[in-house]
This record gives sequence, structure tokens and C-alpha cells, in this order.
Amino acid sequence: MKWGLVFFLAIATAVLVAFAWLQSGGLKQHAMLSAGTPEEAVQALMSQVQAHNFEQAYASLDHSSDTDLASFTRELAGSDGSLRTYSSLQTAEVSPLHSDADQALVRVRLNWSSALGSLDDVRDLHVRRDGSVWRVVWPKPAPSAVPPQVVSVNYLRWEVIGRNTSQNWGAQDVDSPKVRITSMNAISRPGRVVILGEVENEDTVPAYLNVNATLLKADGSPIEEEGSFDLISHVLLPKQVSPYRIDFPGVRMDAVKSVRMDARALLVPASADPVIAVSDQAVSKDGLDRNVLKGSLVNESGRPVNIAQVLAAYYDNSGKVIWVSDGYVDQALMPQVPVPFAVDIPDDIAGRLKNYRVIVNHYSRLSD
Amino acid sequence: MQRTSHINFPLRNRLAGLALLGLLSGWARAAELRVPATVEAGKSFSIAAEGSGQATFYLVGPDHVVKRSVALGSDLVIQSSDVRAAGRYRAILCSSSCTSAGFQVEAAKPAHLSFFLHPSRVPVSTPQSIDATAFVFDQYFNLVLTPAVVDFRITPASGAGFSRQSSARRGVAWMRLDSTPHEGRVQVTAVSDNTEEARVIQQVAAEACGLRMKAIPSGNAVTLETDPVRDCSGNALPDGTVVSFTKVDREGKSTVDTPIKKGIARVEFSLHGPAQIGVACGVVLGNEVALNGKL
Repeated sequence: MKWGLVFFLAIATAVLVAFAWLQSGGLKQHAMLSAGTPEEAVQALMSQVQAHNFEQAYASLDHSSDTDLASFTRELAGSDGSLRTYSSLQTAEVSPLHSDADQALVRVRLNWSSALGSLDDVRDLHVRRDGSVWRVVWPKPAPSAVPPQVVSVNYLRWEVIGRNTSQNWGAQDVDSPKVRITSMNAISRPGRVVILGEVENEDTVPAYLNVNATLLKADGSPIEEEGSFDLISHVLLPKQVSPYRIDFPGVRMDAVKSVRMDARALLVPASADPVIAVSDQAVSKDGLDRNVLKGSLVNESGRPVNIAQVLAAYYDNSGKVIWVSDGYVDQALMPQVPVPFAVDIPDDIAGRLKNYRVIVNHYSRLSD
Repeated sequence: MQRTSHINFPLRNRLAGLALLGLLSGWARAAELRVPATVEAGKSFSIAAEGSGQATFYLVGPDHVVKRSVALGSDLVIQSSDVRAAGRYRAILCSSSCTSAGFQVEAAKPAHLSFFLHPSRVPVSTPQSIDATAFVFDQYFNLVLTPAVVDFRITPASGAGFSRQSSARRGVAWMRLDSTPHEGRVQVTAVSDNTEEARVIQQVAAEACGLRMKAIPSGNAVTLETDPVRDCSGNALPDGTVVSFTKVDREGKSTVDTPIKKGIARVEFSLHGPAQIGVACGVVLGNEVALNGKL
């Protein structure tokens, strides 16, 4: 009986110690230190990133990695008010691509949760054997800034002086901008109806724009009303054209007789800068064999753009808009530095698309 | 000495005024008041009150009531301030019994114009695109319902001005006109009697016309520059108007939406082999340039 109690206490203590070890991340650390396979090495690295232990993650990299701690942290934690700074790593799915005795190539699919939804990032990482463990070779980061220089920017800005509300009835005021929906297409997608097209600011002043659509039954009564939310460029400069997409989840196309469109514009102060070039656009497959439209964004102004959103319109042979997709870029656009982007294209759309057009929405903390 | 009380009618108290009018009119059977049929707003006038002794006089108007003790046998002077609002008035005189009479106060001569000019911006050479509407008021802001002539004087930024007359019906005069072929500020002034009100409309360039660009090679890049971007009437599109350049070469497609600055739009592309470059402004397409990649 006496020995039974001692035995019980010893077992209980061991269980509690093991529990505390697990709680303190001992398993991850063990996995990282042991890293007996390339996949374990990548998984352990991503666990450290997920826990924001960037120093430990950096320490676990292979010595041939061409990066420093600051660059590594900036790349994974974000900087300059980019969307990555408002994100956290949710999951990292690891799959081996190639392996031999001393080197391996491992694909990792990272899913980041951000203030603007989840963001996917697929990377192929080289892993090298270092004695009994494997270590990730972190690639050299892309240059994040151009050499010091002066960029001259002659700002084009519009300011609005509204009517004084104390003035008499009939006093002079400025009208809202004139906008026009240049195309509209209603399509049926699995589980939803989608209204998409393009809208142009026909005026000579900037417009803050919202496009709404109401689906109508045969008797003219409304089924549902929705707005384009973030699938549009809300601020349109004079003669600028933006695609829009409005989703109606849970609505079937055969229930819809007609659609009522409504484009509302407000006159707002705006700036014509920054100009963001979209270069090297091409439709291709990503690492997960999905159809994507890839390219690079180049901020041609002199100050950073914190968050950028890519909006792409796809056209068929007849020039009709058949799909609109978007994607947020989680890096800040530093002046003159190309930043890659990729937006998904559904498989059936990719087979029919003949042409496409990309525009960029942007947000800068220091701008208007 | 006369004691006068004025009661201004806020809208919500008008019902109370009407009730008072009804009550006093019910008594008003014994004598007669001789009042003019119509009176001009803001002009004082007299009402003959026959008899002798003291009486109480009431004047009930659309937004105003006056109560006053008066001596019968002399004229009752109605102050100009008591008949500023146009509309139907009733004068009531009560001594041993009450008598009443109604009269109409009509708007005085035009003194104010409320002038609406729409839109505030209009593309050039657009027919029937400008609406001008003037509401004619007297100095007390009564709508002048009698026919009044309103002269619309149009002064473009360039060229001779002209005018059009319109007769106000029920206090409103209006006209429509075409925008002229030249951009710039157009002043429209509505004039009636000695009053005038000016508004400004901005005539702006219409859609781009004959959009053309030229390619200026520089190393392995090319600078694309439009000719001055103008509409079909020759007006320059304003700075800030977006022009889209699209280049397709072996690296894929590149696009830049750039604003016009100082009348032209300019952009630089790097080249990777033969390239096809196009330009557009809104829904207007410009010329295309083919480059063989050997600059």
C-alpha cells in the first residue's frame, strides 16, 4: 500500500511535467532541434513563425541562407503598414517535391488570416541536411527599396468647396460626377447569381462610386439587393473605368427576370497620384495547379502605398466581361520596387477568356 | 392711445388663428367694413371705420395677426409691416357686435430671384443640356404670380454674349440652351426689373477624339507620349484625366493608367522583344504602335 502511493505520486508528477513541457512549446522545439526530415524542418520553422518567435526561427535556418534577421523578420511579419502587419499565420501545409540524401525541395502552402480575409501564399523552399538535422535555406529577399534619391511629384489634386448651408435656397452648388455603367452581364455560378461589368467616370472630376443591383422577379418585385462592396474601385478619376462584381449567394438564375442597376457617385477630394503600373501580366498555373493571373505592381510615385488590391476583369471573344476577380497584396508597395501579385481565375473562365484588364486600388496612411 | 398686439404665426399656430377667425367672423354680422379688394404687399393703407366710441380691431393674415383698440369714426391705418405676407387677409371690427371684410394682399414688384442653373458642369456642344430656372420673389419673399419678364443673359468665356427672354408663369421662368463648342466658364445672369442673380456653369471638354501617341526609344525601354489630348471641338481634356497604356510583349501584358499632366499623358515601358502598344482614354481607343524590339 505504501509503495503504491509512492508509485502513484511519481506517475502523476511525470504526467504533469510532460504536460507543462508540451504547453511551453517543447514539442515544437524538439521537432525543430531534431528535424529528422525536410518536412519536419519546414513545419518547425513555420511553427516558430506562427508563434512570432522570429529570432528562434532565424536561428534554425541553414547558414547558407542569404538573409539577415531584420530582413527575415520584415518579410514574414510585414513592414511599412502593409497588410502582412495586420495578418497572422493560421496554417502551413507542407508537401515534399524532391528529396535526396543532402538536399530537398519542400512546398509549403501558407494561409494567413488578415483584416481583409484569408490570404494564401505558396512557397517552394530548399532544405539542406546539417549533420543529423535538416535546415531550411531561406531565399534572398527581394530588394525592398531603391537607392536614396529625390522623386519629383507634381501632384494633381481635386478639392471640393461645397455650398454654404446658410445660403439661400437656389444658391449655386456643384453637381455630383456623372458616371455610366458601360457593360453589365448576369451569370450563374454554383450556388449564386453574379452581376458583373464595368463602369466609367464620364466626368472631369473624381467620383466616389457605388454600384448596386436589384434582382427582380417576373412580377417586378425585388428578390434581393446587393452592392459591389470591395469588388470595385470606389474612387474613379476622370475617364477611368473600373470593373465591378456583385454576388447574390443562394439565388438561382431561373428565378430572376430582370436586374435593376444603380450607380451612385459622390464628388470627393482626390489625388491623381500615385500611379501604379501593372507589369508582366500573364495567365499561368500556380504551384497548386490553379489558374492565376500573375504580374507585378510598380508604385511609380515617391512614397509607399501600404495596402494594394488588384482587380481584374476578364473578357471573352466578343469583348464581354465574363468574370471579375480580386486579390490583396500583403506587401507594401515601396517606390519603384516591383511587387508580385496573383489572382485566381476559375477553371471554366480560364478556358474562355480572350483578354483581361487589371486595375489597382490602393490605400496609403499618409495620403488623402 | 391705441394698444396694438401682434401675434406672429408659426406654422403650427395657424390652426389657432383660423379658429379665432371663425369665432370672430361668426359675430361679424351687424356692421360693414369697407376694405380695398387687393393691396400690394408691404404698403400701408387705411380702412374706414364708421360709428363712434371704442372698438377692437383684428387683422388676421396668413402668417400674422394684429389686435388693436381703435376709436370709431376715423380711418384705421394698416401699417406696412402688417401686410408683408401675400395671401388672403380678414379685417374684423368688434364693438357691441362684430363686422368683418376680406381682402387680398398680392406680391409687390420683383425684388429677389432664386436662380437654379443645372448642371454645374456640362460637356461642350451638347444640345439642350443647360437648364436655367428662376423663381421671382418680391422684397418680402412672396412669389410674384403676376407675369414678369426674366431676361437670361449668357456670357461665355470667349465669344459674344447673348440673352433670351422668358415670361414668368405663376412665378417661374425657365429656358434650356445648348452648350457652346468651347470649354470654359459661362456666366448666366437672370435679370428681372432691378434685380439680378448670376450663376456660373463650367463647360468642359467632351470625350477624347483622335487620340494618338508616339514612341520615343531610350535604350531597352520606350517612352510613350500622347499628342495633346483633345476632344472633337479641339478643347484640351483637363489634367488628371486618366489615359490607359497597354503593352504586350513576350513577358506578358503591362498596363499603366496615368493621368494627363500639362495636356499630355506619358509613360515608360521596358521592352522584352517585339511589342504591341495601345492607348485608350475612357471608352475611346487611340492608335496602336508596333515595336520590333530593336530600338
